[in-house]
Amino acid sequence: MNLTSLPVLSAGFWASTAMLAAVVLSSTAGEVLTAAAMKSIGDLDEIRAHSGLKGAIVAILTCPLFFAGVFFMAVAFFALLFTLNHLNLGLVGPATASLSVITNAVAAKLFLKENVDRRRWTSAVLICIGVYFLAH
Amino acid sequence: MAHQKLSLYQSMVLILVAVCAPLGNTCLAKGMTSLPELTLAHPLALFAAAFTPWVALGIALLIGFFASYLTALSWADLSYVMLATAWGNVVVVLLAHFCLHEPVSFQRWLGVVLITLGVGFVAPGPSRTIQTAIHDSAPLAEKGASQ
Repeated sequence: MNLTSLPVLSAGFWASTAMLAAVVLSSTAGEVLTAAAMKSIGDLDEIRAHSGLKGAIVAILTCPLFFAGVFFMAVAFFALLFTLNHLNLGLVGPATASLSVITNAVAAKLFLKENVDRRRWTSAVLICIGVYFLAH
Repeated sequence: MAHQKLSLYQSMVLILVAVCAPLGNTCLAKGMTSLPELTLAHPLALFAAAFTPWVALGIALLIGFFASYLTALSWADLSYVMLATAWGNVVVVLLAHFCLHEPVSFQRWLGVVLITLGVGFVAPGPSRTIQTAIHDSAPLAEKGASQ
């Protein structure tokens, strides 16, 4: 079967895989770094109650991890724009959404030391399959 | 301080996260597919695309998503926020079916059910499983207020 003959893979199988991987990996890196930044800052609602919106904004903008996260999110954003220009939304949306669920859960457990328990893994698998069905 | 149960305000923030992201991405897709094919040879064309109406609306929605997303991450786990807001995909399907009267296949309804079940699994659980830096927030806040 010639994979490049599929309409959604008009860019070629490996090129399509590389574009989707770039979106998913850069997005996951951005979200993990941003989550780490927000964890290090603390509850924004409490900061805002204590020192107002300006204090909350400054607390975010003085955190280097936040900018690392924004950098990777920006990379993911432009990778998404580029990918959407070459592949169908019907492929890009579900593929990146469902793969991101898994990569984020793994990254949250590995790097953020979150307790991704059986309940969350079950939820992640159900959502991943659900997003796949939504695309068809 | 671990937040075991979400307040109404926190639930509203999660709803904003869930709704703004898929709607923003849909606007981006509509805008980008109407443009001529872009290549890496002309990277500046990507920046120019950001000023077209649909892409600009998509960006505005994604800014709303990002603000609520940051707020949510400050009191909940990434793995919780990501899963609890997954029903944004369901919202898009429901809007397409009931507002735009688009047909929805059996498989898509199955996807809606599975995502709803998945969100239903995780939503009642604890939103935070690790200690936050709440004790550090006061100095940061004071630093912010003094600048």
